[in-house]
Amino acid sequence: MKRTKVWGFIILLSLIVFACSTSDDGGGTSEETDDNFNRSAMLINWADNIIIPAYTAFNADVAVMVQASSVFTETPSEANLQNLRNAWKDAYVSFQSVSMFEIGKAEELNFRNRLNVYPTDVTSIEENVSNNTYNFSLPSNIAIQGFPAIDYLINGLAGTDAEIVAFYNSESTATGYNGYLNELTNTVLELSTTVLNDWEGSYRSTFVAGTSSSATGSVDKLVNDFLYYYEKSLRAGKIGIPAGVFSVDPLPEKVEALYSKEIGKELLLAAITASQNFFNGKSFTSASEGESLKSYLDFLNTIKNGDDLSTLINNQFDISKTKAAELGNDLALQVTTDNSKMTETYDELQRNVILLKVDMLQALSINVDFVDADGD
Amino acid sequence: METYFNTYFSKETKTANLAVFRVFFGIMMFFSTLRFLSYGWVDKLYIQPKFFFSYYGFEWIKPLGVYTYALFIVCLISSFLIIIGYKYRYSIIVFFLCFTYIELMDKTTYLNHYYFVSCLSFLLLFLPANRRFSLDAYLDNSLNQEYIPKWNVDCIKVMLFIVYFYAGLAKLNSDWLLDAMPLKIWLPSNYDLPILGSLLQKEWVHYAFSWGGALYDLMIPFLLLYKPTRWFGFFMVVVFHVLTRILFPIGVFPFVMIVSALIFFDSDFHEKLIHKASKLLKLKPLNNSVVGQRSPRKIPLLIIGLFLLIQLLLPWRYLLYQNELFWTEEGYRFSWRVMLMEKAGYAQFKVVDSTSGKSFLIDNNDFLTSFQEKQMSTQPDFILQYAHYLADHFSENGAKNIEVYVESYVAINGRLSQPYVDPKVDLAKEKDSFAPKNWILNFNDDIKGL
Repeated sequence: MKRTKVWGFIILLSLIVFACSTSDDGGGTSEETDDNFNRSAMLINWADNIIIPAYTAFNADVAVMVQASSVFTETPSEANLQNLRNAWKDAYVSFQSVSMFEIGKAEELNFRNRLNVYPTDVTSIEENVSNNTYNFSLPSNIAIQGFPAIDYLINGLAGTDAEIVAFYNSESTATGYNGYLNELTNTVLELSTTVLNDWEGSYRSTFVAGTSSSATGSVDKLVNDFLYYYEKSLRAGKIGIPAGVFSVDPLPEKVEALYSKEIGKELLLAAITASQNFFNGKSFTSASEGESLKSYLDFLNTIKNGDDLSTLINNQFDISKTKAAELGNDLALQVTTDNSKMTETYDELQRNVILLKVDMLQALSINVDFVDADGD
Repeated sequence: METYFNTYFSKETKTANLAVFRVFFGIMMFFSTLRFLSYGWVDKLYIQPKFFFSYYGFEWIKPLGVYTYALFIVCLISSFLIIIGYKYRYSIIVFFLCFTYIELMDKTTYLNHYYFVSCLSFLLLFLPANRRFSLDAYLDNSLNQEYIPKWNVDCIKVMLFIVYFYAGLAKLNSDWLLDAMPLKIWLPSNYDLPILGSLLQKEWVHYAFSWGGALYDLMIPFLLLYKPTRWFGFFMVVVFHVLTRILFPIGVFPFVMIVSALIFFDSDFHEKLIHKASKLLKLKPLNNSVVGQRSPRKIPLLIIGLFLLIQLLLPWRYLLYQNELFWTEEGYRFSWRVMLMEKAGYAQFKVVDSTSGKSFLIDNNDFLTSFQEKQMSTQPDFILQYAHYLADHFSENGAKNIEVYVESYVAINGRLSQPYVDPKVDLAKEKDSFAPKNWILNFNDDIKGL
């Protein structure tokens, strides 16, 4: 009799605890107290003040680029070409503020790769232009589209503007190049509209509601996406790879915006600033800061009296920007003339990888994306 | 003294205890293997990676490509045979070899509880766990035996005692007790649990869990051994392991520990279980139990005695190393150091061709899975093995005189990250051994305690 009671108690207790553990539907923590960091507020700040405004601005800039592209292809002239270049540059710079948010629809569409794989595949582009057949949604066609492909078409076809414009005017080539250019810009617009619409539609609430601490929670996912972006696309893609850090010799042909020769540094600085702003939870449209990785770290620091990690990370962002500012506008030229400035910039960007990936992730107790194997 | 031993070794106990243990052990292994397969982990952990981290001296044990699945299928079948007790001697041997082979394939997946399973199945190799409630005994009544030597059951208790008590001893350090680390990092991240979630943000809760955990590990073997506190002890076992299951991703381990703790109960408890299970399964009871007199079996006793002695001593081998155990992990594994630290790292390898003087950095994703990279970046033996692999890999392309350097940082238990391996040491020239690794940089802090 006594034992049955004990067993009953054990089973009851197990059930209660089990019930607790399985109800991870997120957002259910309504009685959030003051001593609990408000992740929901952080997600809302990310979505409403950073991600959606950034996509809105980007989408508007892309629309201007599409317009400029259609004006140019209707009346190819040097003035219209310059116009298109300006619009392309503006959209490319804006892209640096959304590139890191490869989550939801963007992840599904492979957004970053479809917009910005470089170096662009010139041989395939030329083939496609002459055959007039291409399907941008094929995974194998990732390197013939997006900003780098447009870069080639508006900056890289020839040495002078007059010669470039000639490609769009001459009877033998005009159809091919005009068509391809418009298809490129339209595809960028189509993709960015799809992502923006999804955020403005149902995805925002899904994202904000994902407050769970599991690997599928929004915080874990976006932080992992952010770090992946910072490490692979920003640090390695923009600086490390062209500087030859990962290869025997430098690879200047692998810089971003290779053909424009003017905006590489600006894109880099925009990307570092956007990363720092995301870290600080700074609103895209104003100077105000909301709940963010920075405030989360500061909150956790009050529990464990640790080092002031958020200041260290911000300082490192500042140092990286100062170093990057010393580069020339043409990063390929920078690699061939004085590569040490590139590798020094790489070193500073690298220091923040350690602070973000080792120290910040440990403090936040977020796992780097990996097989969800057991621990002990 | 000698007579004490003699009387002890002639003591007998019901076979039921061991039979129940066999059945539960088999069930646990069956479902954990099934779980492993169903999560697709075989492919992710043992087929996808290009490179595997071997244990020192076991470099010849490698995954078998797609045939790795066969290992798991064999594990599944043998654990089922263990449950029903059919051809027990063979099935436990096959299970032990198969399971241990799997664990030795890649130390990336090392977990104390996998090691625990290997230890238990090793013990079971020498124990007559099929003499009751088994197909073996049903088919051959001469095997059916009501009593076995008491030490057959006690050796499992000793194993469990070591696991708990040593896990408790390992917690007696300044990080765990004075700073409540790493629980102070881990617990707040469970903010989304109902009721517990907001409690887990409070500092006193972190300390309560740390001290409570250490006390639990040290006390539980005694509570289970001492009859008046046994039920309370078992209740604590259930509460503790269910709680850890909720808070941490530790798979089936809590359930393995819960059912293992049943071994501490008296024979009538196990007899009752067998009785009820037989009724439930409509099994005919076997009446003609041989109250067997068998020849005393010295060799199993010697092997198990030696094995338990090794178990008692092995966790202390870290004392032979000068450096901070948590930092260098020399003598860390196979010592029941469970959930003791939050360690994260980053390792950037540089390959230098000393003939041409050219160098380049390595993208670890080209060679390792992110899980392997995570484990590699905080453990020196992984770092060294990977460095050798890189040296070999880049020597294949004709280049000679390849040097491998690493710039690495490690953060432990909430401390800021510190440089880990001496970046000036050519790791391609360093040999792996049990000798202290003097290319690990000093840990700029002090963790006091055992």
